[in-house]
Amino acid sequence: MADDELRQLVIDQIPHLRRYAMALVGDRDRADDLVQDCLERGWSRLKLWRRDGNIRAWLFTIMHNLNANAVRQAKRRPRHDPIDETAVLPATLPNQEQRLELSLLAQGIAALPVEQRAVVLLVGLEQMRYEEVAGILELPIGTVMSRLHRGRERLRRTLAGEAPPALRRIK
Amino acid sequence: MTAGPPIDRDALHALADGQLDPAEAETLRAALADRPEARSVADYRRINAGLHALYDATLDQPIPDRLLRGPQAWWRHRRWARAASLAAAGLALVIVGAAGGWYARDSMVRVRQEQTAMVRPAAVAHRVYVAEVRHPVEVTADQEHLVRWLSNRLKKQIKAPVLESAGFRLMGGRLLPGETGQAAQFMYENLQGRRLTLYIRNDVRGARETAFRFGQDEGGVNVFYWIEGPMGYAITGQMAREELLPIAKLVYEQLEG
Repeated sequence: MADDELRQLVIDQIPHLRRYAMALVGDRDRADDLVQDCLERGWSRLKLWRRDGNIRAWLFTIMHNLNANAVRQAKRRPRHDPIDETAVLPATLPNQEQRLELSLLAQGIAALPVEQRAVVLLVGLEQMRYEEVAGILELPIGTVMSRLHRGRERLRRTLAGEAPPALRRIK
Repeated sequence: MTAGPPIDRDALHALADGQLDPAEAETLRAALADRPEARSVADYRRINAGLHALYDATLDQPIPDRLLRGPQAWWRHRRWARAASLAAAGLALVIVGAAGGWYARDSMVRVRQEQTAMVRPAAVAHRVYVAEVRHPVEVTADQEHLVRWLSNRLKKQIKAPVLESAGFRLMGGRLLPGETGQAAQFMYENLQGRRLTLYIRNDVRGARETAFRFGQDEGGVNVFYWIEGPMGYAITGQMAREELLPIAKLVYEQLEG
């Protein structure tokens, strides 16, 4: 594969990395910081990447590891940020009801433990197969499925108004 | 609603996510027809749709420049690295040969003086601050402000060399105590996260002026330095001498050129 093709493959993933990072950290600037770190690491290790491998999975793995490091650091020095819903909610929505539901969903996502949030987003937003998610997160598939289940059940309760997202995300 | 054999939890998610093959999906849909689990599947789908409604806008937004800067810089760096690797062998021999000549003529005393005056303080400052994740520099690379500030404190017009052609970007700098005066450190980083420092002090004593020299401290940090009156300059990195040399040359040319 020529260098230019390889470069294009990585660039093609940037919008997806940004979308996932945005949903994961909930803040545009911090999401792009994460993407930037991920890309820098990716470029510098591109030579190590197996050219027959899945470049998307590889980049998402880098991002996952970077975010896991950041979360570990944040846990040592807890920091609670208000969720910026205006940063997330689309400007135009058909109706009030849908707006409320999406607002609840954004809060619910933010309130999920980061392990569950990652699985729910990789599956639901990035539409990855369960095996691919297991590879990226370096988890057995059974663990992926149970995190997916717990995360989604919690979101269901949030959307039903049963479980207000009390837990603030630790960023 | 009918009660029946429990339906596999994972299969409900797989159905919602379209990860069952068509035959399995058909069978499961039929089995779910009048079962409460059907609601779970519908809710999971609603959650997925909601995620797209919330976050898909990002896909259509233009990619910020800073995210594309990486590839461009990396690409430039690769081109540079290829050219440099061809040139490096020959160049390194010439310079190291010259430095070797100096050492042969010089007394060990003088080498030790320079070790104390330049190599060790530069290497120690290097090791202490390159390891910092959160605060590697005291003032970030607002070039003009940084250089003006450090020039004022060192009472000498200094400048921060531009090392982009070698793949290193200025991160910022800090003020450090010298022995009797002040010292400054500029820090640079490349895309791989490797860091270099330029150490400048204004209070060199007990060492005469010297041309461009190579030294190494006990910790294996490599240093190229030169002394000019009371001023000492040292470019320091935890990298092979052959790798550091072309960068040190670049610094020397910009500061002395």
